[in-house]
Amino acid sequence: MATVAGQRATAPAPGAGARRRRRRSFPAWRWVVMIVAGLYFLLPLYAALRFAGISGFKDVFTTPGFLPSLWLSVRLAFVTWLITMVIMIPTTVYVHLRMPRLRRLLETVTILPIVIPPVVLILGVLQIAPLALRATAWMLALEYVVLAMPFAYRVLDAGLRSIEVKTLTEASNSLGAGGLTTLWRVLLPNMRTAVTSATILIVALVLGEFTMASLDLQQTFPVWIVLFDQENAQVSVAASIFALVVTWLFLMLITVIATRQSRRIGGGEVTIFAVAPRETIGN
Amino acid sequence: MTDTVTTPGSRRGPGVRRFTSLLRTAPKPVRTLVRYAGVVPFVAYVAVFLIVPMVAIVSGAFQNPNTGAFTLSNVNIALHGSYIEGFRQSIELSLIASVIPGIFGLLIAYAIYTARGRAGSFLRQVVITASGVFANFGGVPLAFLFIASLGSSALVTGWLSDIGLNIYNHGFSLYTMSGVALVYMYFQIPLMVLIILPALGGLRAAWREAAENLGARSWQYWRYVGSPVLLPTFLSCLMLLFGSALSAYATAEALTTGTIALTSIQIGTFLNGNVIAGQQNVGQALSLGMVLIIAILMIFYVLLQRRSAKWLR
Repeated sequence: MATVAGQRATAPAPGAGARRRRRRSFPAWRWVVMIVAGLYFLLPLYAALRFAGISGFKDVFTTPGFLPSLWLSVRLAFVTWLITMVIMIPTTVYVHLRMPRLRRLLETVTILPIVIPPVVLILGVLQIAPLALRATAWMLALEYVVLAMPFAYRVLDAGLRSIEVKTLTEASNSLGAGGLTTLWRVLLPNMRTAVTSATILIVALVLGEFTMASLDLQQTFPVWIVLFDQENAQVSVAASIFALVVTWLFLMLITVIATRQSRRIGGGEVTIFAVAPRETIGN
Repeated sequence: MTDTVTTPGSRRGPGVRRFTSLLRTAPKPVRTLVRYAGVVPFVAYVAVFLIVPMVAIVSGAFQNPNTGAFTLSNVNIALHGSYIEGFRQSIELSLIASVIPGIFGLLIAYAIYTARGRAGSFLRQVVITASGVFANFGGVPLAFLFIASLGSSALVTGWLSDIGLNIYNHGFSLYTMSGVALVYMYFQIPLMVLIILPALGGLRAAWREAAENLGARSWQYWRYVGSPVLLPTFLSCLMLLFGSALSAYATAEALTTGTIALTSIQIGTFLNGNVIAGQQNVGQALSLGMVLIIAILMIFYVLLQRRSAKWLR
């Protein structure tokens, strides 16, 4: 049971009529959209990579400030990840099981950090935080948890939707397991894909967050990169692009592996964000 | 394997019943309280680290920074001169940087959503994972991507002028409103893809089939069925995109360096300590303006979501 990574129903085989219709409606606009999007997203990456080159990469590691700033960001990422998981996983599971009516409210609340400007948030936090907290970097981690919520919630929610939470919980309960045991030994192993994806997104967020860190005067990795930028732009650009691509490759790897596992046991594709069930697709 | 475990006929399994039986004897308010206890940690966290700072901002906006007494002068300053210009330009930029990526993001989402087969599945995974990464991308690295490609003597600009189109002679510049909006789309389009994707499932295949059986052409289906159903969701997503564009700070700061007055940058200067004595709380007043705009957006967001729930999901 623990190997069920997440599954969704496979699309029904389209009838002959549907196939004929699809062939007519498939090509032109979709190709245009995807090609324009590909150009828009890949050309700047290519241009920046050409400018940066790979040669200066080793300079990064020997530049003063590299290790301390990276180490600070890694610690912040870990604390952010831990708090986010401890809060979001039980909440998401609980709302799924016991209070599905609150799901919409949870969706609305967790979307707030996308629209609330980080500048405003850090201004308010610096105004009221006690000095003991303001003096440390950990305050950033506490706020990063808020920034991580929109994506963490959506990924975990997608993971929960793809498994039979109710059935699993009932089976686990009838075997005598309590709530925590069920969460730890039944639900979490089934949410591995979602938890890993959320982890990657959180790490990427913390390693890339500039606004709050710089205004809080903490020299995290992204802040250091910008300071470093003024001396040697090429290297720091190469480093940021490298980080972007590595994050994406990790996410891609996870979904491909999860989909392969899911298909082996008769499930469908796995996506890290919720996509509605495939049977409802129009054309 | 979960496939072999069938859901029991009764809605509640034995374990769940054991949990509720303890509570059944309790009075109703207690039962309700216990039910809500599960979301208390989350609610408390959001309250302390998101809501309380917002409340502090609102009260700070009306305080004299030295005496703490009530005053309207901060708000008054925030509503005049370069600050009101900052609001105007922020709103204009957010409008451009939400409507265009909104439409384009919807097209991408629909394209990957309706793609079929193994190749379609792969395309969907590529776009969704990439969206998750790009939606969080910004700041100096993003600014640099575009300076290296569309700066005045950069790669793509060079290509375009080779084929006879010098965009900088035609009024384009990366450091103006349209340029910044173009850069913002780099994280706005992926964000739109992620938030509109779940809603597309609400377009039932049966509706399309019903329309076709009644003789509707493709445009008629979209005109009379698809658009009316999707419109509220689409608009509610635009609200989020607008807020996201309004919030952007690092990218704008790296790109504009003062060429455009933007409210988020102006608030940042207060945090950096470049403040005239006695005006320390103008930053709070500017933030109050932002919070008000966000509040209006969220009201529309909730209303539109409720409207769209009528047909979707």
